[in-house]
Parts: sequence; C-alpha cells; structure tokens
Amino acid sequence: MRRIGVLAGLVSTMLVGGLIACSSNQSPQGNRIVVFAAASLKPAFTEIGEQFKTDNPGIAVEFSFAGSSDLATQLTQGATADVFASADTTQMSTVAKAGLLDTNPTNFASNTLIIVTSVGNPKHIGSFADLTNPGLSVVICQQKVPCGSATRRIEDSTGVRLNPVSEELSVTDVLNKVTTGQADAGLVYVTDALNAGTRVTPIRFPEAAGAVNVYPIAVLKKAAHPALAEKFVAMVTSEAGQKILDRSGFGKP
Amino acid sequence: MHRPADLPRWVYLPAVAGTIFVVLPLVAIAIKVDWLNFWSLVTSPDSRTALLLSLKTASASTALCVVLGVPMALVLARSRLQAVRLLRPLILLPLVLPPVVGGIALLYAFGRLGLIGQYLEVAGISVAFSTTAVVLAQTFVSLPFLVISLEGAARTAGSDYEVVAATLGARPSGVWWRVTLPLLFPGMVAGAVLAFARSMGEFGATLTFAGSRQGVTRTLPLEIYLQRVNDPDAAVALSILLVAVAALVVLGLGARRLAGTEAR
Repeated sequence: MRRIGVLAGLVSTMLVGGLIACSSNQSPQGNRIVVFAAASLKPAFTEIGEQFKTDNPGIAVEFSFAGSSDLATQLTQGATADVFASADTTQMSTVAKAGLLDTNPTNFASNTLIIVTSVGNPKHIGSFADLTNPGLSVVICQQKVPCGSATRRIEDSTGVRLNPVSEELSVTDVLNKVTTGQADAGLVYVTDALNAGTRVTPIRFPEAAGAVNVYPIAVLKKAAHPALAEKFVAMVTSEAGQKILDRSGFGKP
Repeated sequence: MHRPADLPRWVYLPAVAGTIFVVLPLVAIAIKVDWLNFWSLVTSPDSRTALLLSLKTASASTALCVVLGVPMALVLARSRLQAVRLLRPLILLPLVLPPVVGGIALLYAFGRLGLIGQYLEVAGISVAFSTTAVVLAQTFVSLPFLVISLEGAARTAGSDYEVVAATLGARPSGVWWRVTLPLLFPGMVAGAVLAFARSMGEFGATLTFAGSRQGVTRTLPLEIYLQRVNDPDAAVALSILLVAVAALVVLGLGARRLAGTEAR
C-alpha cells in the first residue's frame, strides 16, 4: 500500500511538473518570435509567416490569433510577445498607454464593412438603407466591439437606424448567423466575406468608406528578439507583405 | 460515534492542492471587485436587464427540464428494455458536449433552415433570435444534469413501495402521483437546482444558437463577456453576482438535498 502511495505522489508531482514545463515553453525562446495578431489577420499573416520563415531559415514564427481586445488584455496582464498587430487603433493605444511598446505603431492595412446576405441575395438587398426593409432579419456587431463601432459610425453618418435581431459579440458570430441561414443579412468586414467564399453573397455599399478600420502593428518592449521582430514588421509593410494583405481583402492603410 | 477509517496521510496533499486550485480563482476575482461601486455596477440598466432575463429564462428552462426530465429519469432507472439502455449514453451526451457544439447542433435542428426549424418557419413559428431560443439552449444543456441526478436517486430508492402500492390495487398513474413522485421529491429538487444553476451559466450554446440582443437573448454571461472589453469593473462585478447566485443555489438547497439522496 505504501508503495502505491509513493507512486501516486510521484505521478501527481510529474503531472504538476509537466504543467509547469508546458507553461515555460510558451515564453519566447530560441530562434522564435511570437506574434499577437487580430483574428481577421489569420489567413494573411499565416502566409506572411511562411514567407518570413523561408527568408530567415532557422527562425520560427508563432502566432496567437484572437480578438484585438483579448490580446490587448493579455498583454497588459503580463503576456510576453514580440509583435502586436491590432485590428483597430483603440486596442493599440491601450497597449501603448501601458508602456508596453518598443516602437511607434505603423499602420499597415485597413478594412471596411460590407453587407453579406444568404447565397444569391434572395431578399434583394441593394443598399445600406435596404437593411431596414420590413421582414428582414439583420445581425450586426455590438457597439462595444470594433466591427460594431464601425457599424454605428455608418448609422450616424447616414442617419439610417438599423433594427437588428441580434447584436453579436464578434464578427465571426455575425458571419456564422448568415452562413447558417439564421439571419438574412449581416455587416462584416470585407476580409471575412472573402473568407466565407461562396457561402454568402457580398454586397458593397459606398457608405462603408465612412468607417474604415486601420490596422496598426508594433514591436513590444518585452520582445525576446527585437531585431527579428522589427524584421517581421518590415516584411508586413513591404511590397510582398502588402500584396498578400491585398489578396486577403485588406485595403491600403 | 463511529470513527471512519483513517485515510492515508498523503491523500491530503493532492486533496488540498485540488481545493486551492478550485477556490483560488474565486478568491482572485473577489479581490478584483470594486466593492465601493459594486452596487451601482450591478444595478446599471444593462446589468439589471441581463440578470432579469437570465432569471426568467433559467426558471423557464428548469420547469421544462422537470416536466421532461423526471419521466426520462424514471424510465431510465426502471425500464428493462434494451433500447432504453442503449439510448442512455445518447441522452446524457450534452453533459460532456462543448456548449458551442450544442449550439451548432441546435441551429441545424431548430434554426430557420434546420431539420425541424424549416417546417416551424412555414407554420409561422420562428424561434430564431427569440427568448424561446435561449430557453431551448439552456434546456438542452441542463436536462442531462437533472436526469442523471434523479436517475441515481431513483435507482437507490428502488421500487419496493411502488410494488406494494400496486399489490394493494393502485393504478400505475395513482402510484406515480402518490408514491413515486413524493418519494423522489428531494431528488427532484436537487436535480432542478442543478439544472437552474447550469442554465444561469449557459453561454456557448446561447451565443451560437440564440444570438445576443438586449432584453431578448443577452443573458448575464453574455453581458459579462461583452462588458469585459470596455468595462472590466462591471464585468467582474457581474461575475461575482453570478457566482453568488450559483453559490446560493448550490449551498442553500443543492448540497444538502444531494447529500440527503445519496445517504438513503
């Protein structure tokens, strides 16, 4: 019995030890840079990361894609990373105000809103104002998340007040409600609409130009490899990087 | 007094570690609360609307759980049919299913284009983005909790009294209302309490299936998730409120009732 007890003690020690080992693996070390990037950047940055690895053999790039506000919270709560790329200037300035930036943020892309409808646009939506048509179920982002604040800015500039059936907590939730047919139409970013491919029908509208989200990128003070981090930022702003971003639907900053 | 057999001493080490692991985050969030402004944070119109909606929907889904779950639990506990035994793991599946997956599954069943949803839509019944959708999501995730706890109670209680009642000439319905249910009342309360607590905390399935609209589908957990971006103080205060509601429910009724049914 005693031996089993000792064994159990050993196993639990190993488990706890394993956990600690795992967590220490998370911090940047060796020839690896960690990039915190807004979720919408996933396809473009994954491609840029591959390019970066070919250009810099032996260097690994590790991404953490999440909502910009989540990433900003993680950073201000002590997470370590080399680069932060945000989907709006608000979250970047939160990180800047906490004194966590090593370089001044550079704007490297922009994103605008677009209407997405069920495939084939069965409800014949042609303009932003059409979203108020009776009998139409429209979903948008809640005002407190970036895509929602952009929506609100368009409502303010056009004077058109939407009556959404739901104010989602993230742009992917809006997209999901449209792709599953729960809602007739939604407002998402151009890049999201591109990602959804043929599962939605995108409809551009001119008023979107009044609410452009600018994406800033910066090297963080706690970067383990500041030189490599700056190289990554340079790559994102380079012509090659811009081309990849353009293909993903991003606009010029 | 009978003294229980001594546990080996090393058992206390992981037990204490586990306890600290569970309690520490709750202590951490309690420390983080801006207690001076707590009242104004939790009574803001947004918070009140969300709390009220959560209480309403959780009550409705608990009622639904009782109506559907009590017969389910008894059938599972008493039926000797092979089919019932095979169905059991399926019925309890939502227990281990990630709530988001539950939400997606509900979407494909009751959504506007869903398996049943498309016919409901034709009949003029639309659950999409309604409070009904929230109740459905909560019931889906909470039902197995009630079923599993009541089934256990029913198995432990056995069916001796029912058999006696039947031999004395009581009809099955009479036995059900006058013997089975009164006997299992503590187990029912425990199950209902668990279902209520689970419904109050439901997030993933609600978000995926019902959406988020103030006063209609945005329950307290969704409100917390939203507030955490711009107003972390309010999010923390609301979290504590949810913890308090859950603790009240579990401590006040659940734990004692659960212990009671276990002991029988």
